[in-house]
Amino acid sequence: MDLIKLKIDGKVVEVPTGTTIYKAAKELGIDIPVLCYMDLKNLNIENKPGGCRICSVEVEGRRNLAPSCSTDVAEGMNVKTNSVRVINARRTVMELILSDHPKDCLTCAKSGNCDLQSMAQKLGIREIPGQEYAEMSTYRLDTSPSIIRDMDKCIMCRRCETMCNDFQTVGALHAVNRGFEAVVAPAFEMNLEYSSCTYCGQCVAVCPTGALTEVDHTNKVIAALNNPNKTVVVQTAPAVRAALGEEFGLEPGTRVTGKMVTALKNLGFDYVFDTDFAADLTIMEEGTELLDRLSKHLNGDKDVKLPILTSCCPSWVNFFEYHFPEMKDIPSTARSPQQMFGSIAKTYFAEKIGIDRKEMVVVSIMPCLAKKYECQRDEFKVDGNPDVDISISTRELAHLIKQANMDLVGMEDSDFDKPMGESTGAGVIFGVTGGVIEAATRTAYELHTGKSLESVDFKQLRGMEGIRSASVDFDGLEIKIGIAHGLGNARKLLEDIKAGKSEYHAIEIMACPGGCIGGGGQPYHHGDASILTARTKAIFDEDEGKVLRKSHENPDIIKLYEEFLDKPMSEKAHHLLHTHYFNKKKKTFEV
Amino acid sequence: MSSVKIELRKDQIEKIHSFCDTFNNAHGELINVLHKTQGEFGYLPAEVQEVIADKIDMPVAKVYGVVTFYSFFTMTPKGQHPISICTGTACYVRGAENVLAEFKKQLDIEVGETSEDGKFSLSCLRCVGACGLAPVVQVGEKTYGRIAPDDVEEILKEYL
Amino acid sequence: MVNKTQIRIALRNCGLINPERIEEYISEKGYMALGKVLTEMSQEEAVNIIIDSGLRGRGGAGFPTGIKWDYARKSVSDQKYVVCNADEGDPGAFMDRSILEGDPHSVLEAMAICGYCIGADKGLVYIRAEYPLAIERLNIAITQAREFGLLGDDIMGSGFSFDIEIRYGAGAFVCGEETALIHSMEGERGEPSLKPPFPAESGYLGKPTNVNNVETLANIPVIYLKGADWFSGIGTEKSKGTKVFALAGKVNNVGLIEVPMGTTLREVIYEIGGGIREGKKFKAVQTGGPSGGCLTEKHLDTPIDYDNLIANGSMMGSGGMIVMDEDNCMVSIAKFYLDFTVEESCGKCAPCRIGNKRLNELLGRICEGKGTEADLDRLRNLGEVIKDTSLCGLGQSSPNPVLSTLDNFYDEYISHVRDKKCPSGVCKDLMEYFIIEENCVGCTACARACPVGAITGERKEPHLINPEICIMCGACMEKCKFDAVILK
Repeated sequence: MDLIKLKIDGKVVEVPTGTTIYKAAKELGIDIPVLCYMDLKNLNIENKPGGCRICSVEVEGRRNLAPSCSTDVAEGMNVKTNSVRVINARRTVMELILSDHPKDCLTCAKSGNCDLQSMAQKLGIREIPGQEYAEMSTYRLDTSPSIIRDMDKCIMCRRCETMCNDFQTVGALHAVNRGFEAVVAPAFEMNLEYSSCTYCGQCVAVCPTGALTEVDHTNKVIAALNNPNKTVVVQTAPAVRAALGEEFGLEPGTRVTGKMVTALKNLGFDYVFDTDFAADLTIMEEGTELLDRLSKHLNGDKDVKLPILTSCCPSWVNFFEYHFPEMKDIPSTARSPQQMFGSIAKTYFAEKIGIDRKEMVVVSIMPCLAKKYECQRDEFKVDGNPDVDISISTRELAHLIKQANMDLVGMEDSDFDKPMGESTGAGVIFGVTGGVIEAATRTAYELHTGKSLESVDFKQLRGMEGIRSASVDFDGLEIKIGIAHGLGNARKLLEDIKAGKSEYHAIEIMACPGGCIGGGGQPYHHGDASILTARTKAIFDEDEGKVLRKSHENPDIIKLYEEFLDKPMSEKAHHLLHTHYFNKKKKTFEV
Repeated sequence: MSSVKIELRKDQIEKIHSFCDTFNNAHGELINVLHKTQGEFGYLPAEVQEVIADKIDMPVAKVYGVVTFYSFFTMTPKGQHPISICTGTACYVRGAENVLAEFKKQLDIEVGETSEDGKFSLSCLRCVGACGLAPVVQVGEKTYGRIAPDDVEEILKEYL
Repeated sequence: MVNKTQIRIALRNCGLINPERIEEYISEKGYMALGKVLTEMSQEEAVNIIIDSGLRGRGGAGFPTGIKWDYARKSVSDQKYVVCNADEGDPGAFMDRSILEGDPHSVLEAMAICGYCIGADKGLVYIRAEYPLAIERLNIAITQAREFGLLGDDIMGSGFSFDIEIRYGAGAFVCGEETALIHSMEGERGEPSLKPPFPAESGYLGKPTNVNNVETLANIPVIYLKGADWFSGIGTEKSKGTKVFALAGKVNNVGLIEVPMGTTLREVIYEIGGGIREGKKFKAVQTGGPSGGCLTEKHLDTPIDYDNLIANGSMMGSGGMIVMDEDNCMVSIAKFYLDFTVEESCGKCAPCRIGNKRLNELLGRICEGKGTEADLDRLRNLGEVIKDTSLCGLGQSSPNPVLSTLDNFYDEYISHVRDKKCPSGVCKDLMEYFIIEENCVGCTACARACPVGAITGERKEPHLINPEICIMCGACMEKCKFDAVILK
């Protein structure tokens, strides 16, 4: 590749053709401030609309300043990133952006984690000239089950639009209006609830300000914990333990499973359980369903369709219900681990401890925002009482722990409570892309072949590629498996199925990059791909450290079937652990 | 969300579909489809945008994003007699502002609104290429030149 | 408005031929240039003629047309496009419309020539939907050209094929910017994108695309017929040929004019325009529409060309030329243009979206008498930063009306902020009701009409208005039968 030589702030640097000034400066250790720019390298997503102009630099011989994030270097270029002209422009533009931004930092959900706030700090902005008579653009507050849109705080970086359209192909958000009124919004500026939004939360994950945040339920949790008439049960999803530590200053990838359990116990939860238990249960149901559909299909039953698609990601469920309703009979009918947990907790476990389901509050800690929506779905309620009452994100749990003035880092480890705290390594890996299908393979292989696996590690199913495919030899029967993370990738696999071009027997789909570890409710990764890799490693480390690594070997799962459910896909299991899907391709205006 | 809730008839939906078909349902032809549809309906209510989005398989948020970008497209039905006041530079220099203010006062509506009886709607446009007649006002197809605020009442009377 | 100082090149056929009959265009040597290019020249030779002619883009920035064609010619691609920008959005300019209505074939011929030069077989005209007559005539012209074998497959047996389609604009000034125009033609929001890549490399549908405006194209055929030397013999050293202006405002003769580059503003305003109306005093002339600036008395003898206009803080723009007299308030004029820019900003980049809004607010405050001298410094800094940091040509030029009036009419700004007076008597908030002693007969009608008791005076004695109490309702002026109450 051709190298280009240029000068930045007097220092010479050589970079390949096509490098931007911003990246060339990085080579020199010069960190040009950027705001709207976002580079999610491992996802092939680069957002550089050149909109905020904070990254403007002076290029000798050029009439105006150049946006360094999106201007390529040229031979002999002489760039200044710190001239008076640049500093004045950067500051003036920043003042302009702030002049159209609310000043309620103290109570903003993003305070301390806000790129705009950090930038104002970095540039030393202390007042905004003319603020007292500057008109601000205002929009109606939009509260959906999962996400709050406070567009008064939107700075038009367009990151959310990029994630929603280019990465997820959901198309719920788009730039609308023009000029000062321009903003990113759903069609007709209606609430997200009436759009094609899947609540994946990737818009929230990349929003630099408090314009897009999760609906915060920490107060509801505190109220439940303080209610003496309620037994409060908590479940924690696998991806949470791999990221929670980041909120307390620990290195990404530090596992805090035991500390988290202690924190939850200290917070006053009556029973601290693991969603991994329900993940094992999911494998029992989904794996059995897979084998059932597979054998029927192979025996020529035309009514049974393949591939079977996983159904544990609620955002993915929303996606196909809205975008591919004609295929709603293809995904597994198994409920997600969160919902299986709730269903068993409020039946089997409630019976065990002798209370009515109405006296129990089930809280879930999830890396996900779509889970907030999922637990409100009518089909997961009994007489109006939801199986899972409150779902909070990893970030909200961190807030809860901080509010309670607890030091997570210094805590001793504790074990999950029994019986719903027992899990295998298969349940843990639900948190990463490919993990669900690997867990299913471990069980389905042994159930199908009657043989014991020599190695449970199916490395061919792992990785960060958006779409992966692999074959697993089921003792002579070749099972073809597809994996996608990110809904845009999922869409490609679905289009193939629709066109009859898909050769897969089973497909795993996760809506978020990297799977749940990159979920919309996780600590903000600010576009740093290495954080996702570290979290992935943490999950597989936990799997490897487990004695039991196959779901069907979980003793408490075996007991659950013996005592309560009979066998996978039994009538009771069907009633409590399976669901059905809806055509949500409704017209916005009918709402 | 300035749209009035309407119910589209089957033949109207078919008409929109035929417009989309004329342009091969191509995403690149969205603006042509919108032009054609607005030509038929007079405006582009939400329901119509939904039908277009569905037919050409494009997120409706995007269709709305395009509709709201261009000033030619409107989501409010125009009045029986749409009044356009040229606020191009030549007209401005010769006092179009005052003429506009008078129309607003007499009709008691703002720019972009339609009078309660549905008779008049008010809009501004930029240069009709009749700068010699500045300031210029158009009511429907008819053009009035060298208008002063005092003439406004007379003009409106023609349409009552 | 024929005058010895005018030369008609772009407008050569306008008004002289029937635009709906191709035969009349052909009889004026129409399509001969296309024939000549197709039969006698290589692509490179043909492009070189335009380079040699020195023709620069008439749509705004004045980029050399031949160089632009050459970039597109050199781009390697299986498909290229020629686009005619007819989205004339400058309020107060209508030369493109006049050409399309009066001589559509000259544009079609030029597009076909350009197609040959760069290796494109498809042309698109992006035209304002508000121009129904121009659209109709273009359609007629395209049909006739096809019938005559001047568009379509194998034109004149040369093996070169070229056809033209029409695309409609939908009311967005920013779509005059070529990347925005291309996005609009692709069915998207007309937001500009960063250059490079230039359309010549990656334009419409990602293919090399050459975008020229109507007036630029209308010059093309004659250049081939009369030669590059003939064309470059007209005009100034760096600006060749003629320029069409839409002369409007406070001059006696308004309308389209076409003058050689290098003509002075004085010649245009006084000789062609017949001087200022009603014998008033010339104050300023705005060239280049909302992207341009105000020039004054001291610029009257400056030859008009691209570089002189830019050097004086204005620009050629698309050729709007609005003349202002002593009755026009320059702060209000700057605000008028900013109103336009704020309405037309696409909103993509922060300096244009928010900055122009703030400029406009500041100007509004100054017109209302709430401005301070510090605000003038803010106006200048803000204006300069917006020019320096905006994404596209719209934002990069939108502060020009403010900056040029600050430069040339600083006193007028000072009057507004320091003395709270509008010297031209335009800014209503800066005026006071005042009773002319000589006219007042002391009838007390005004004092009785005043709702706040601001008027005092004995019967049959001249009355007085106390500006501290006055609420500017105007009741006194309405009541006075002796023209004694004035606003000043």
